[in-house]
Amino acid sequence: MRATTADREQSATHTYLICLAAWAVPGAGHLLLGRLQKGLTFLIALTLMFVFGLWLQGRLFPIQISQPLVALAALADMGIGVPFFVARQAGAGAGRVIAWTYEYGNAFLIVAGLMNMLVVLDAFDVAQGRK
Amino acid sequence: MTTSHAGLMIVFAFFVSVVFATLMRDEPHEQLRFGAQLFAAFVVGGIALGWILFFFPL
Repeated sequence: MRATTADREQSATHTYLICLAAWAVPGAGHLLLGRLQKGLTFLIALTLMFVFGLWLQGRLFPIQISQPLVALAALADMGIGVPFFVARQAGAGAGRVIAWTYEYGNAFLIVAGLMNMLVVLDAFDVAQGRK
Repeated sequence: MTTSHAGLMIVFAFFVSVVFATLMRDEPHEQLRFGAQLFAAFVVGGIALGWILFFFPL
């Protein structure tokens, strides 16, 4: 049976909503798609990694267009979704430059965000039926 | 909780291995196997790189 334009639009909307959920809450996309084990693993691992980064006194970078590398780090940080905004709102992630764990904290925060972006892409593929 | 450079590298390797293994493999036993291989590669690679850098003074 041939899919109608309305069906395709509905399917595309569904895919984008899955991606939005996957970005907002790590693992949520896979959980919504019924991939329970993967979703829970992403939820626990990425959230813990983000919290670990904050605990190590890493910084949640602000978007500063005048400093391109800082802006890129901010985009990577935001990849984790809602936890980023919750942490910012709670006053966490100020970053303590003199702490010896500062760079480690940044690495944890940035990589957690980047890996969540990969998880979003994976959720997109699953929603499209490619995996 | 005590922290050290090596300890943090191992924790970092653990998280990255878990996420990549879950992303790239579908079966739990394959994930475990691939994750263990990745983790070992990260830790051994990190220590090897550290020793190589030891011979290059700042």
